Amino acid sequence: MKKLVRELMFPLVAVIAAFLVGGVIVWIVGDSPLLVYELFFTSAFGTIDGIGYTLFYATPLIFTGLAVSVAFKCGLFNIGAEGQLVAAAFATAWIGLVVPESWPALAVTLLAMLAAVVVGGVWAGIPGVLKARFGAHEVITTIMMNFIAAGIVSYLTQYHYRKQGDPILETLPIAEMKDGVLTGPHIPRMHDLLAPFGINFPERLPLNLAFLFALAACVLVYVFLWKTKWGFELRAVGSNPSAAEYGGISIARNTIIAMALSGMLAGMVGINDVLGYRYRYYDGFSAGYGFTGIAVALLGRNHPVGVLLAALLFGALARSQLFIDIFTDKVSKDWVVILQAIIILFVACEAVFRMKSKRKAA
Amino acid sequence: MAEDLKYAVEMRNVTKRFGDVLANDSISLTVESGSIHAIIGENGAGKSTAMNILYGFYKADSGEILIAGQARAIENPGDAIRLGLGMVHQHFMLVEPLTVTENIILGAESGSSVAIDFKQSRARVRELSTQYKLRIDADARIESLSVGQQQRVEILKTLYRGAQILILDEPTAVLTPQEVGEMFAILRSLRDGGKTIIIITHKLAEVLSLSDRITVMRDGRVVGNLSTEEATAEGLARLMVGREVLLRVEKTESKPENAVLTVENLTLESSTVHGSLSDVSFEVRGGEILGIAGVEGNGQTELIEIIAGLRPQTRGEILLEGNSIDRLDTRRRKNLGIAHIPEDRHRRGLLLDFDLAANSILGVHRNSPLSGKVLLNEQVIAERANKLVREYDVRPPNIRLPARALSGGNQQKLIVAREFDIKPKLILVSQPTRGVDIGAIEFIHKKLIELRDSGAAILLVSAELDEILSLSDRVIVMYEGRVVGQVDPRSVGEAEIGLMMTGGKR
Repeated sequence: MKKLVRELMFPLVAVIAAFLVGGVIVWIVGDSPLLVYELFFTSAFGTIDGIGYTLFYATPLIFTGLAVSVAFKCGLFNIGAEGQLVAAAFATAWIGLVVPESWPALAVTLLAMLAAVVVGGVWAGIPGVLKARFGAHEVITTIMMNFIAAGIVSYLTQYHYRKQGDPILETLPIAEMKDGVLTGPHIPRMHDLLAPFGINFPERLPLNLAFLFALAACVLVYVFLWKTKWGFELRAVGSNPSAAEYGGISIARNTIIAMALSGMLAGMVGINDVLGYRYRYYDGFSAGYGFTGIAVALLGRNHPVGVLLAALLFGALARSQLFIDIFTDKVSKDWVVILQAIIILFVACEAVFRMKSKRKAA
Repeated sequence: MAEDLKYAVEMRNVTKRFGDVLANDSISLTVESGSIHAIIGENGAGKSTAMNILYGFYKADSGEILIAGQARAIENPGDAIRLGLGMVHQHFMLVEPLTVTENIILGAESGSSVAIDFKQSRARVRELSTQYKLRIDADARIESLSVGQQQRVEILKTLYRGAQILILDEPTAVLTPQEVGEMFAILRSLRDGGKTIIIITHKLAEVLSLSDRITVMRDGRVVGNLSTEEATAEGLARLMVGREVLLRVEKTESKPENAVLTVENLTLESSTVHGSLSDVSFEVRGGEILGIAGVEGNGQTELIEIIAGLRPQTRGEILLEGNSIDRLDTRRRKNLGIAHIPEDRHRRGLLLDFDLAANSILGVHRNSPLSGKVLLNEQVIAERANKLVREYDVRPPNIRLPARALSGGNQQKLIVAREFDIKPKLILVSQPTRGVDIGAIEFIHKKLIELRDSGAAILLVSAELDEILSLSDRVIVMYEGRVVGQVDPRSVGEAEIGLMMTGGKR
């Protein structure tokens, strides 16, 4: 626990420093930093709507942050979470579109969730196999897989699963309101989940069961990496492949496992968006979740607790940007993007600082 | 001149702290002009830190440095070079495809700002090489030179830059016995030519035969300052370690049993001579230590890694107690009782960022009761790690520390503890005491003999000829991937074995 606090210390300092620099930028632009800070906190955390949206925006980032972290723990840089989650989201919707309506909705929902995880895993597993078998660098192959996923999914959406005449690039819905009840494969929203406990969570908020999956994923990733023998092997390969090999641990097998797990986590973003929010595949639904996941993992130190906190921060920033844009005279919503960039810069500075101090000590 | 410049280097109360570690605790030492001065001490005693401060790599927290009697602030190696200091590192800093002259003038090119005056530079290199009997061809490419020759190029480089004071960090670690002799002759001729030599080492025999004065360091402090005439090996070892040390390996006659390891016609094809094996055959019996002597890079690394299952052979067979193990992977071989102490503990032997407990299970982490079907059994692991750390005297005995935080000797003790705990039938030991302090060497040697006496077969590879000869019951010599001979460690002379190691005698 003490170690965890120490680990999270630096990112915390980076975030605070970034907010200070961000404040200076606001001041230079000619607005009040305090107003911007206040808008950030009240819009993201001040109301039930704020909290709901912050958590909703954080959900995909928890998945992608974990995805990047798991790969990183095995010494792999998965830049392809974006492609994995796009392929997985399409697969989720595709199950809903092709399975006969006579099937029970729950079975289709489970099948669609399975599809999300499997397709995400396969999409990342391919670069894993290429690396293990041929030594192809995963950074290159996962980037290429991103383009392939985007291309195939756009094509299928455009030419095979789009509603005739619909100008928006999206598939037909998989669940629709019938007589006031959502019918078809989907997962419940937080409103429905909390209602039995007598909690009235607003129905308008898109926060859904996937957020609880994300929390569960944090716990599972932690247990897997630090408590199981497979996690030990995976981390050993990431820490020192030669020593892992010496310890009888297969580098190739763990490379494939780590990439597949990473892709499975990224694929779960599809569950949130397709089964929990839009009930269809919408091309371009991802606001760069796969790439922001890299930043989340970096800020969260590749630790599930850190990833969770970092995703919440980024979710809060995403929630607040519209409010900051509207309720200030001169600051635009791009301020949030600048702030994210500054956070990453500071975290990266710290990596350099660490490397230097390590070298000194050696 | 000799009177007014009695001391080439003086360090006064130099203190350097790295975080919580006091690497140099108010050390003071003086080096006489025109002498060979040895600085000895165990790993982590602070000798390299002291020299790195002198050479400007580190800045001292406090204290003074005097060069030729004058207080100087040495902020970086550039300052040091201007003051006439030169340093030869353990790992050479040479550009392989370039020639000797090109390497030497790199960063100190003469001539106009655009063109380099190669002719003049080459002449100067030749002159220096002749003057100090370095025998280096100024036009040879570095990659065509032996390790010993490359080291002499490093010395030339410092001389070319006008060094009057040469610092050499463990210069003999990479040399064959013959090369060591040549190196000593060169260092003496440099001294006789008026240069001052500071040599960092932990080999007592070399210190006694080469140096004029000795400074002994321990735990960041200078604990002894004496002339070589009044020093003895036992006395120096006691100063270094702080207690009585057994320098000789004590062992009884071996009682070899049946063959445990049989290697038949093992061949590894490779594009270079270094790293290939041709028809290597030998056996190691239970209760004996078979030593493999040879200059590093003559196939020993490959041989050990093939037996451990870390790389495949091209041809040939490996038998453990008569059964072929060729098809088994590393983990299965370990489970059959093959322990392996790898030559490079940082690269192979340890997960430096993991704690001692995690390192203590590497390779056996899938075995019950250390892990169940899914989960690691943390309590069992911790208890076992604590037991190993205690039994093998790993310091500090905190299993939650990262392996990186330990000294070389303690890291090695941790590896030894882990490997010996599997009750091995066969132990592959590579460079067991490299970079390990005297106290730990004594301990590791004792453990090896103990295991031998309890019936284990031990295959030992070491670059330290002394170690091979004093530990082994039989010795084979490898050169360019072949076994070129077998010698009796009790009767063989250094000259004879040295000749075999360099391919001079079959």
